[in-house]
Amino acid sequence: MTRADVRKTYKLYIGGAFPRSESGHTYVAHDAKGRFLANAALASRKDARDAVVAARGAFSGWAGRTAYNRGQVVYRIAEVVEDRRPQFVDALAATEGLSARAAGAALDTAIDRLVWYAGWADKLTQVVGNANPVSGPYFNLSTPEPTGVVAVLAPQESSLLGLLSVVAPVIVTGNTCVVVSSFERPLPAVTFAEVLATSDVPAGVVNVLTGDAEALGPWLASHMDVNALDLTGVAGRPDLATDLEVAAADNLKRVRRAPAAEPDWTLEPDLDAMTDFLETKTVWHPIGV
Amino acid sequence: MGTPFEYAPAPESRSVVDIKPSYGLFVGGEFVDGHGKAFKTVNPATEEVLAEVAEADEHDVDHAVKAARRAHRTWSRMPGAERAKYLYRIARIIAERSRELAVLESIDNGKPIKESRDVDVPIVSAHFFYYAGWADKLKYAGYGEQSLGVAAQIIPWNFPLLMLAWKVAPALACGNTVVLKPAETTPLTALLFAEICQQADLPAGVVNIVTGAGSTGQALVAHPDVDKVAFTGSTDVGKQIARTVAGTDKRVTLELGGKAANIVFDDAPIDQAVEGIVNGIFFNQGHVCCAGSRLLVQESVADDVLHRLKRRMATLRVGDPLDKNTDVGAINSAEQLARIRELSDIGEAEGAERWSAPCELPSHGYWFPPTLFTDVTQAHRIAREEIFGPVLSVLTFRTPAEAVAKANNTPYGLSAGVWTDKGSLILKMANALRAGVVWANTFNKFDPTSPFGGYKESGYGREGGRHGLEAYLR
Repeated sequence: MTRADVRKTYKLYIGGAFPRSESGHTYVAHDAKGRFLANAALASRKDARDAVVAARGAFSGWAGRTAYNRGQVVYRIAEVVEDRRPQFVDALAATEGLSARAAGAALDTAIDRLVWYAGWADKLTQVVGNANPVSGPYFNLSTPEPTGVVAVLAPQESSLLGLLSVVAPVIVTGNTCVVVSSFERPLPAVTFAEVLATSDVPAGVVNVLTGDAEALGPWLASHMDVNALDLTGVAGRPDLATDLEVAAADNLKRVRRAPAAEPDWTLEPDLDAMTDFLETKTVWHPIGV
Repeated sequence: MGTPFEYAPAPESRSVVDIKPSYGLFVGGEFVDGHGKAFKTVNPATEEVLAEVAEADEHDVDHAVKAARRAHRTWSRMPGAERAKYLYRIARIIAERSRELAVLESIDNGKPIKESRDVDVPIVSAHFFYYAGWADKLKYAGYGEQSLGVAAQIIPWNFPLLMLAWKVAPALACGNTVVLKPAETTPLTALLFAEICQQADLPAGVVNIVTGAGSTGQALVAHPDVDKVAFTGSTDVGKQIARTVAGTDKRVTLELGGKAANIVFDDAPIDQAVEGIVNGIFFNQGHVCCAGSRLLVQESVADDVLHRLKRRMATLRVGDPLDKNTDVGAINSAEQLARIRELSDIGEAEGAERWSAPCELPSHGYWFPPTLFTDVTQAHRIAREEIFGPVLSVLTFRTPAEAVAKANNTPYGLSAGVWTDKGSLILKMANALRAGVVWANTFNKFDPTSPFGGYKESGYGREGGRHGLEAYLR
């Protein structure tokens, strides 16, 4: 008698917990050949709002950590992904239709990308901040600070490397985020959320919603407690991207615009994905006695 | 007022300034007529009409953008070292003509001559000097070396020349060309700057100046051949601009409103803090986006601070902007005066207690006495909305945590002030305040080398310093 396997129920990741969608809705995630893989939670407007609340709650604690500590936590994510290599390779192969070899290569790049960003945590301030030689007796320093809660629409094609390429730069600098995964390829995002839950990432720093960026995007773009919006996930959909950018103007969110087509995530990134979600704070103090 | 400190009037001479009866637009290196309906600019201290100014319509804006586009071909390819020389020339001519610029600024804007002369114009010259030096060093800045193209720049009326310098100097240093729209009520020094560009032999079309009001600005922002929009002004207009450029490739920086908390702890040197409070809110009649308009005083010293603050406010000299003794000049326009009055009346209606410095206001012009409100809560509109006038709201706090919570309780995030003798407390507060500029034991200081800009609804991007180059490079 063959043994029936125990299949995973894929859920959302909000505030460090794995709830089902409050709406009770799920949708079918297919493999690359269109066969049933699993039911994924279909995040609702309410789930998005709950995720924003969780991200806001986590912000001051996460931003207040030392850069050294944030770097260690992001590095820890890489460790745990590496540790669960077979699971991710299987997930990537099934979701993206890659050969085992190609899926392994994609995973290598994803892990290396996390390590690359981890190292930036305690270096970016030195690279993008500076002391200002004002003409007067003042100590004057400009330093980068996280902008706050970032809503991220993750890439649609690259379900893991693309996802971490937009999440890691946001959190390594001290922001917290609500990320909407690839709609057609949501499962690696959920598995990645399970990594986050066991990688010393504080609850609420990353919140993962599986669902439709077109449906969730407007609520996140117009949410008055979201500080920034990454539109990478609506690449090639200029009308939707424009609508979301217009909605984001209501509280002057920082917007990372959608590219014309999904980028090649294997290329080494520049600093923009980090600096787009940073503020510069300049502090003055007189020098005297 | 019968104080021992009465001074005889010491008016600055107007003879250094030659105001023409009418002005055109500055496009392609020449003054040309505008196609819109001409408007008048007045001296807010006397309501005297100063000149008639052309209004640019869509056609004029298009003409200016085309001129800027043509000029960009040569300006952007010119070696940085050569561009630098033009900017150095401009910096020097501004310094040479500083008296003239300061007087004209005070006449058109209403700000005291001691501020235009000692603050605005020197920093304007310094900005051009600072960015001139970047023009041939862009590869060291870390933002790329390519210019963006044509920059549309829209500036407010509170610091007409200074905001021009903040916009024009970095744009030109990076190889961009500009179409600048000064504010409707303060166009005259921008037009004098156009003459300075001519004296500097700046190539035609590198700087274009289109005067007008909101519709001119809208046409400029929406123009399809503009690559970059830089705006300083109200948060409402900033949001409109963000909507207008959505879905385009235009880069945008926005410097918008603020409602800064100026936080005084009980161990602060109180007299110094009082000077800082006065400077924070009454400098430039409070027409400052980063003005310290919410005073947060630690409860244990609140009575003492208020007593000394009122005593100091009573010595502020309000009146003729061209008098060298004047501390507080005229409100820039009748519309702005009406808004300040309206919000102040609302403050009273909502239960806050109003106190104004005893001073005699001139019979003509737009004036508002230095005013403070006590018994203010965080819910009061005068504690939430930007008044943009000489009106201070006073709140109290007990602990640093309460001060942080109250200071950050605003959609804005432009600036903040902290007054305490304790260094570790300054650093703790500076970290916790969500604002782009934090002045500790000082306030309202500006410098070309120092980045300036806001968090949250105070806008995005930074002007000044190395960071200020980012907005103009790719």
